[in-house]
Amino acid sequence: MCGIAGVIHRDGEGEIGNEITAMLQAMKHRGPDSTGYALYGPPSDHVVIRFKLADANDRRDFEFRERLERHRLEVEARLAKIGGTVDRVDRETDYAYRAVVRYDGDLKALADYIEDVPGCEVLSLGHSLEIVKDLGDAEEVSQQYNLGGFRGTHGIGHVRMATESDVDISGAHPYWAYPFSDVAVVHNGQLTNYFQWRRRLERSGHRFQSECDSEIIAVYLAEKLQEGYDLETAMKQSLDDLDGVFTYLAVTVDSLGVAKDEMAAKPLVLYESDNLVAMASEEVAIRAIIDREIDTYDPYEREVLVWTR
Amino acid sequence: MDTVTGFGGSSSEAQRSVAPARTSGGRRITYDARGLAEPIAEVPKISEIDEAVSKATFNAAGLTIRQINLELRWLLYEQGIDDVTVLNPGAKHSIGVGILRRCRIRFEGSLGYFGLGLIDGPEITVTGRVGWSVCENMMSGVVVIEKNAGSLAGAAFRGGDLVIKGQAGARTGIDQKGGTIVVCGDVGSMTGFMMQRGRQIICGDAGPGLGDSMYDGEIYVAGRVKSLGIDCVPGDWSDADTELIERKFRIYGLGTPPEFQKFVCGKVLYNYDSLEPSERKLVIH
Repeated sequence: MCGIAGVIHRDGEGEIGNEITAMLQAMKHRGPDSTGYALYGPPSDHVVIRFKLADANDRRDFEFRERLERHRLEVEARLAKIGGTVDRVDRETDYAYRAVVRYDGDLKALADYIEDVPGCEVLSLGHSLEIVKDLGDAEEVSQQYNLGGFRGTHGIGHVRMATESDVDISGAHPYWAYPFSDVAVVHNGQLTNYFQWRRRLERSGHRFQSECDSEIIAVYLAEKLQEGYDLETAMKQSLDDLDGVFTYLAVTVDSLGVAKDEMAAKPLVLYESDNLVAMASEEVAIRAIIDREIDTYDPYEREVLVWTR
Repeated sequence: MDTVTGFGGSSSEAQRSVAPARTSGGRRITYDARGLAEPIAEVPKISEIDEAVSKATFNAAGLTIRQINLELRWLLYEQGIDDVTVLNPGAKHSIGVGILRRCRIRFEGSLGYFGLGLIDGPEITVTGRVGWSVCENMMSGVVVIEKNAGSLAGAAFRGGDLVIKGQAGARTGIDQKGGTIVVCGDVGSMTGFMMQRGRQIICGDAGPGLGDSMYDGEIYVAGRVKSLGIDCVPGDWSDADTELIERKFRIYGLGTPPEFQKFVCGKVLYNYDSLEPSERKLVIH
């Protein structure tokens, strides 16, 4: 059992950092292991890279800080070497960083090059998307990464009860749809043809950062987008290709979509108004940001819904 | 514009006494050492009671799930109130469960998951919607939901009437053992899955796998059926079916009934008899 949430402001921006935090915190009971966000700020010419150089529960040996500092400098050097101009690199925690880079080359090459630095994992990469994920509940993670002031247009979030893989940041959602910029996924459920799809996608040249079945969805969508399908079509195809029980949310720079498996086995409650769409595994999460009586509904089996700004 | 609230909100004295406290939406939630929420078990006693007419009203907005249920039980069992109105239940989970007496309860708003489970006797109205698994294992009474219901509405339903005036989700009436479930809108996949007795009256469309693996009972559908489940077959219509549907529509003010199709168990999947467990013991094999 995990909890997923999403919100999209159809016109203008909102306090999406606070909104997603309130929604996820209201569903803490669904997933106490880790919390993650995929937030979309105003699009920029710069590339924002969220990366980590170690995991939250990695052993802190005597050389931990020095080693990470060396690796951070190596990441910066590689960013410059591949043609990027590094505007700034902020250390968000002991092991997680946010870099703002001017770069107009191949994003896959960029991601591959810096992930070659030992311990480095790119959590997100894009002109609008920022993925933040860590162990702990939503308020802890929000505080740790200072998400309270994050304003943006849309976002999704996830609280995780680990069932398929370890409790670590790599196993936490959301997953960035490598190598596509600004695409992310959160998932509630289990995929039963995980290894089949993983082997197939690895043969196509995709990389996996975790043992978590949910990562399949992000990589699957990335491949479909690469083949030229739009998000909605790719999500509809996933209903036939992915086996198991799932409700997942996928986001791009201007869209937010939801897909449910053919059994409608995992919950999702939806609220729509003229200027806001909010969704969550439980209505109580939507009530955390809309504190009044509202009309909500559950999408049915095999439904794919996409909202575009 | 939608009013969107962030953090903060009021906190009760009772909740403050257990650390650590976290804010979420408009209220504070406390967790015990195991990470379980709301360990406080004190009756708030905040209701406005009119003893002359045996009625009470309380506002659940600032209360936890446990406090709402304690207040309800205190009114119904200790104060002997027969008619309770609960304002602002706020889609919280597991509200109004285990009520085992005749009474009237009105929820002004929506309930979350597992609401109104294990009840025996009350007449309940919910003016909003309900989440997953409303009225699970309900024994008797009447529950009317004015808006939509999530999946698993009336799971293991044993008796009484559940009327959902909006749509209902997947697996409505799963494992139903008796009583009547009326849904004025559509229902999702596998409705009536493993149904054993009772009736379902679906005024809208039904999703795939209707009545899959049902043992007995009747499912009436007015709209389209996407597909029938294993061992679910069209049934013969009788005057008793017409009488049942007209009676339920009349009782709940649902207007003129549309034309329904009837579905029953084909009885080819299982070794089937109609004996009660106690009767089966008497059969000598």
